[in-house]
Amino acid sequence: MSNDLEVENLVRDFAAFRAVDNVNFEVKQGSFFSILGPSGCGKTTLLRMIAGFLEPSSGDIRIREKSVLGVPPNLRPVNLIFQHLSLFPMMDVKENISFGLKRRKVSQAEINKQVSTILERVGLPDYASKQINQLSGGQKQRVAIARALILEPSILLLDEPLGALDLKLREQMKIELKKLQQEVGTTFVYITHDQSEALVMSDHVAVMNNGEFEQIDTPKNLYTHPGTGFVADFIGENNSFDATVSSTDPFKVKLDMGHEFFARAMTSLAKGTNCKLYIRPESIVINPQHTENLNKFGVVVKNVLFDGANTKLLAVIENTSREIMAALPQDKRFDHIKPGDKLDVGVYNDSCTCF
Amino acid sequence: MAGRLTLYIFLAPVLLWLFLLIVLPHLDLFFISFQAENDMGDMVWSLSNYQAFFTEKIYWLTFLRTAMYAILTTILTFIITFPIAFYITKVLSLKVSGFFTILLLVPFWVSELVRIYGWMILLRESGVFNHYLMELGLIDKPIEMLYNDISMIMGLVYTSMLFMVVPLISSLEGLDDSLIEAAYDLGASKLVIIRDIVIPYIMPGITSGSIVVFMLTLGNYLTPNLMGGKNSLWFTEQIYNQFIASFNWNQGAAFGFLLLVLSTLIIWIGLRVTRQNLSRALS
Repeated sequence: MSNDLEVENLVRDFAAFRAVDNVNFEVKQGSFFSILGPSGCGKTTLLRMIAGFLEPSSGDIRIREKSVLGVPPNLRPVNLIFQHLSLFPMMDVKENISFGLKRRKVSQAEINKQVSTILERVGLPDYASKQINQLSGGQKQRVAIARALILEPSILLLDEPLGALDLKLREQMKIELKKLQQEVGTTFVYITHDQSEALVMSDHVAVMNNGEFEQIDTPKNLYTHPGTGFVADFIGENNSFDATVSSTDPFKVKLDMGHEFFARAMTSLAKGTNCKLYIRPESIVINPQHTENLNKFGVVVKNVLFDGANTKLLAVIENTSREIMAALPQDKRFDHIKPGDKLDVGVYNDSCTCF
Repeated sequence: MAGRLTLYIFLAPVLLWLFLLIVLPHLDLFFISFQAENDMGDMVWSLSNYQAFFTEKIYWLTFLRTAMYAILTTILTFIITFPIAFYITKVLSLKVSGFFTILLLVPFWVSELVRIYGWMILLRESGVFNHYLMELGLIDKPIEMLYNDISMIMGLVYTSMLFMVVPLISSLEGLDDSLIEAAYDLGASKLVIIRDIVIPYIMPGITSGSIVVFMLTLGNYLTPNLMGGKNSLWFTEQIYNQFIASFNWNQGAAFGFLLLVLSTLIIWIGLRVTRQNLSRALS
């Protein structure tokens, strides 16, 4: 399959500040690609360069194998869904959606046909003559998507469009967006700071930090095989500890409070170097039955943080003040746990990652 | 009951002001506009003041001219101030835009009379422009640039600019830049963005600015009198002549009412044509 978007050595400077630093990636036709990063990491700058509102300082952007450098936004085969959607308040739904087609001098009959098809597709068949301020947040979202998709862009860019919605609606729109993308087959490039949005919807996710891409991978790989400490920290929850490599074969690290852990080195780490050890809350086994390939240690429960299926145990490692979070499965087995209890916990060697 | 009383106390100055200074004189003018001297020299009820307006060509031609030029001034003022307002709000950074807005306001701290005299110093036969044009050898003898319709319209536009630019700036500030970008992204050219997005969005600002500029221009006396000279009659000068030169208060009052009816009518038609709402434009 061919690539819809190729970005090569892209750099953008604002005076002395480098917002986007040598970014390379490609997006396959029909895929859902997300750029995930904390606010201020340069993801919006990157998106605005692809849309054409900013010119790169150096590097190349190719859409369907054609460089688009110097092409203004109104002539690029990409459309952008803005963070606040930017529907035109002085027009009704139909005028909003047909705005792009009118610019292409499409006949009125054809416009009418296409508008009703796209409204059908986004699930708003009877809304053509509604005013924008009569719509709910989710409906506005769909109108904004319809307004862009009707132009059949090569790539649809989305700039955190779910940010303004409330939690329940956001969860619902996530699934809807993914379904819609699969139905229409348009390539989506989605930027967000919300990892759950990126992980749920995307085929591939690029994690961005300080203007650079840390890792591009499938959501599952990002979670299980983070390439850098930043990715391990940023994707999902993680307990992190400062440690020193005490042996390389088998790989072992020593924590500052004296515990020694078998672990997995994600980068080449020599003996005696300082590193960071990451342990995911859900990889901690409470009261382990067997001890093979397991790092065992004792903890004292400080609190149970009840959050339904996401309930966590906040504990400190025995004889220290280091806090650690562990997932607490809600299957009645651990209902007896209360603050002050001493527990044996274990982590499989493989689940301890070091950078 | 006490609440009602405080309401009346606070309303009283406004109502008194409106009644004593606006309603009462207008009622008086309204009555005297329907009175005229008969052959015996007595005041009687008559329509002759209004008849004179329609029978004397000079009156209704001046009237028509005044209305047309006031409309023209309003349109020209919009054409000149829109790019300025757009530049200040959308192109300049926030820091300098405040400074530029102040620069626009500064000339209006001086009285209109002083500003008009400023123009006269520049434009008159022995004025600054003529002096330098002569110096540069572009003209042989001074040209009279004052006392014609063009300089009068220019003066009127200059006087009105502030009243257009302020509502334009405030409504443009409400326009989210991303709306412009969204239109650009959807394939619109710059002209289409101005026509289909910016203008419709700031229409209430345009309407309120236009109403104020139109009213002020129509009722302006100073600028047409000083810059327009003898060849550029303005309807307010006719009213002035009737009151002051001819001592014909009855005729003057009739003209005053005709001007009131005219401005109301033109604004009503303007609102109808652009499908705007007066209360929305002024809010």
